[in-house]
Order: sequence, then C-alpha cells, then structure tokens
Amino acid sequence: MSIRPAPMRDALLDRIARAMAQDDRIFFASADFGSPVLDRIRSQFPERFINVGVAEQNLINVSAGLALEGYKVFAYAIAPFITMRCYEQIRVNLALLSEVRAMNVNLIGVGAGYSYVVSGPTHQCYEDLSVMRALPNVSIYSPADHVTAAALFDRCVACAGPKYLRLDAQVLPVLYESGPPDQDRGFSVLRDGETVALVATGYMVHTALKAAERLAQTGIAAAVIDLFDISHFSVDHMQATLAPFAGIVTMEEGFRGRGGIDSMMFEFLARRGLATRMFNIGVEGRYRFELGTRAELHEQVGIGLEAVVKSVSAFVRSIQPVVQVL
Amino acid sequence: MSGMPDSMPPSDSSGLREKSRWVWEQTLRVHRRAPETRLASSLSPVEIFVALYYGGVLRFDSREPLSPQRDRCIISKGHGSICMYPILADLGYFPVAELQKVCQSGGILGGIPDPVIPGYETVNGSLGHGLGVGTGIALALKRTGSDRSVFVVTGDGELHEGANWEAIMLASHHRLDNLHLVVDNNQISMLGNTDKIVTHGSLAARLSAFGWDCAQVNGHDVLAVRDALLQMKGKSDGQPKALIALTKKGHRVPLLEGAELSHVMNPKPELIDSLLESKP
Repeated sequence: MSIRPAPMRDALLDRIARAMAQDDRIFFASADFGSPVLDRIRSQFPERFINVGVAEQNLINVSAGLALEGYKVFAYAIAPFITMRCYEQIRVNLALLSEVRAMNVNLIGVGAGYSYVVSGPTHQCYEDLSVMRALPNVSIYSPADHVTAAALFDRCVACAGPKYLRLDAQVLPVLYESGPPDQDRGFSVLRDGETVALVATGYMVHTALKAAERLAQTGIAAAVIDLFDISHFSVDHMQATLAPFAGIVTMEEGFRGRGGIDSMMFEFLARRGLATRMFNIGVEGRYRFELGTRAELHEQVGIGLEAVVKSVSAFVRSIQPVVQVL
Repeated sequence: MSGMPDSMPPSDSSGLREKSRWVWEQTLRVHRRAPETRLASSLSPVEIFVALYYGGVLRFDSREPLSPQRDRCIISKGHGSICMYPILADLGYFPVAELQKVCQSGGILGGIPDPVIPGYETVNGSLGHGLGVGTGIALALKRTGSDRSVFVVTGDGELHEGANWEAIMLASHHRLDNLHLVVDNNQISMLGNTDKIVTHGSLAARLSAFGWDCAQVNGHDVLAVRDALLQMKGKSDGQPKALIALTKKGHRVPLLEGAELSHVMNPKPELIDSLLESKP
C-alpha cells in the first residue's frame, strides 16, 4: 500500500496537534499563517496557540519568552519572513540567548525555494539556508517529502535549542514509503551510483532522481543523496558514502556560491582532506520576475531537469580521464 | 520556594534615598575604572532600579536567580544599566569583587551586560528586544497559572525600534496585566533629543491609545517611583501597565546632565572624584 503524498506542513502539524493533546508544554505561535491542520490546533488548544499577527519580529521574541518559561515552541510563518524579516531577533533571542538559557524553539518556514511559484521573489526563498547557517546553535532541516517532515517532529521535541525547518509549500512525491530516513545519519542514499554523487536537498532531491534516470541512459551512473539535516549530518557516514566517487554535485534551490549546501560541502571536503572534485548547482545570483511553472523557472536559473542533466554530463566528462585509443 | 519572602519588606523612605545616592556613587566609581561603560544613560534609571530591587516591588532570590518564584525583570536598555552592577553585587548575585574587574579580562561585567551575569535574564545589548521577550514570558506565566509579574525597563530612544510596538499591540490584545513596562524617559538618545529626532509626543498618551494602563512619575523621586510601581503591580485590570519615568540623562553630573551628546561623553576622572567627595 502506498502512502498518499501530503503537504509537508500538514504532516508535521498533524504530529504537533496529536502531541499537544498529550503534552501541555507544547505551544504553537503563528504569524498569521495557516493551514487546515492549524485550524484544528487553534480550535482544540486555544490556550496554547497564539497568532501574533503579521509580525515576525514579535513571533520570534514571544516564542523566546515562551521557551524561557519551559514551553516547547513551534513558530510558524512563510520561509523568507520567518528567517530574514526577523533575523536579528533570531540571532539575539534564540542563537545567542540559547548559549546560556535552555530553550526549545522550532521555526517552521513554509515556502522553500520557488515553491510559491507565482508569488515572485518576496515569497520565494533562496537565501535562507545561507543566512541560517551563519548562526551558531541553530539546527537546520530541509526535508524532501512529508514523511521526513513529519518525522522531524521527534527531533524537535527531543532536542533543545533553536531549529529551522525549511518546508516546501507544494505537495511532493513520497520518497520514504517504508518509513522515514535515519535521523541520526541526517542524509539518505536514495539511488546507488558509481560515477558521480548528486547531493541534493529539499525539492532538488526529486530533480536529482529524475536526472539520475536520464543520465543512466547515457551511461552515467549517478548516486542520489537526500541531505535533510543540514547542520548535524554524520560526517563519518558522509565521508564513507562519498569516498568511492570521483565527483560530487551539490543541488539546492538557493543561490549558488553564497553559503548554502555548496559551501557546506566544500568545507566538509576540505576539513576531511578529500580531493574529490565538486560541481554546484544552484540559483544564479540575481533576482528575477518572470512568471512560469516551477520547472520553467528552474530552467531559467540553471537548476531545472534539462540544465541539471546537461551540466552534470559536462562535469562528468571533465573529471573522467581521457582514454587514449592506441 | 524556600527562603523567598512573598514580597521584600518595604524599605523606609530615607533608606531608599540613601540607597539611590549610594548606587549613583558606585556607578560613578565603576565608570571611573571602566570608562568604556555608558555613564549618562546609566545614571538616569538609578532610582527606577533602586525602587524595583530595594523598594519591595520585585520578588527575587539572589541565591537562585532563575527561581520560578521570581518576578522576571528584563533590563532591555542594557548599555544604560551599569548602575545594576553595584545593585546586583550588593544583593549577592555575584561577588562584590567583580566590580573591580568591569571590562577586564576574566571579569563577567562588560561594557554592555550579558546574560552570563546572574540577575540578567536575557540579551540586552541590542535594543528593542526586551519587551517582546517579556511579552512572551508574561503570556507563558498567564497560561501556566503563575501569579508572578514581568517588568521590562527600556529607554525612550529604544522605543524607536518598531518591534516594541508589535509587542505593545499584542500585550494589550491579550490583556497581559502581568506585564509592566518602565520607560526611563531621559529624552536623549545617542545623537540628541529624541523629541527632535523622532518625537514620541506623549508616551503615556500613545501607550494609552494602544490599550495600556499608563502612569507618569518623576523618575528621580525614588519614593514616588516605588509607590507607582507598587500601585501598578497590584492592579489586575486586564491591561498591561506602563510607567513613564521622567528622568535626566547624566543625572547630577555637571557637563552630562541634559547635554544632548551626553550618551558618548566621559567626564574626566578629577570631575568624578570631586563629585564623589561632595556632600549629597
């Protein structure tokens, strides 16, 4: 029996709603942002729900205050707003304060990458991984399907500290039919390969799987890795996983070369002393206003399926030794 | 919890005035040793903090600074609270010897206080954060059935930060009458008179319009401040409370008091010495 794909936010919020019935120390705060499951939380737990209004700075500050008093807080808003509108509140009252005071605040940002397809660059989000990575003490999660998103709930309540969950606003195909990926490992190998490893996060995992299928037809065996725990993936397991590959391609729905998972993987390789070649697929660093489907927008900025197949093929050619025919 | 009285015993009148003078002197001494500290903005709230900590307003236990039974006091105007260093040392939050090491290697008391200092609840260096966090704390206390209070001390320049007004709107909407804002209204921020920069008009009128229960007081009359704080703390009327304390930046320091640029002015050590020798 297959699992029906669901919105990541509803899968996660459903876990939260069910837990709120058992655990009266869970508090939910929204910056006037909803979902059908949130309606349930609002009506069932009015004493542990607050809508602070269109006010993300206050969302963070109030969440910090609630957490200082022992609540496990889930704060909920659109991804670019819950990260960048209130960045200094996150820095000061979550990242910095959690250095000395115990606090569990989970920021749920909906609308990773281009998932708000026709809403334009204010609602799209290509910088959040970079800016959130800059903050110590903040854990970052970027699930690629609703099964993973729902499973992250366990981590949210079990681990103290500020966290940022970057959720897609669209319904994505299910990747983990037989249960969520290993959270301690923080990444999952979805397809084995030999030539090159595609390390992708969020929506781009799905593009990577399609690209690997296409590449296979041209003789390139590409592995696909879903990296969903951006801050605490197991580095030993990652090294062992990547060791056989001559090349790695990072794939993210965020600006390329500006501190996203591309930078993170560069740092990882350098720290581990690995000489593996790397190529980065990410959004070209400028803002655009064109309308189109997500696939069309992705092609325009170099992260669409066609662009990925083309650039990975070129990368593989560039790293493979030329075979001299005598 | 054991050892904490339900309320600190109210001090007698002369005691609070004497304590205010003592804190004022100690603040000058700290600044003389550590000129990196902001003196002018730390002298305007002396009586506010003396009233809060010695006037029977706040419940606290310096041996257990984060006791659930304490009233939460968030000192949002962090840079302008150097006068809290001698107060917290005097109350036993940390050894008095720390006052000799302000801004020095190995000390805990910096030019701007950090929450590693026992008695400081939150991060206070960046302005405009305390009221929002205090609002969250006040909400949590309400929802957990606690009768403890939250006090947040801000400056008036700090109220230019818009995040404050997000909290001000939310607190009144949710009838957080356990939240108390005390504004050290010294009317001068870094570059001059706040009234000339971006005027608050009447802060009391503004906050009242936002649904807050407001009172005004001469912020250097420690007994009046104490009485006003006790009165606002005692009211459960469904409204958050604000006390606008009219104060003077650089209070009782010639050169600083009322000077538009006092925020960044450091009096010479000789002037501080002569002030410390002078009769109150």
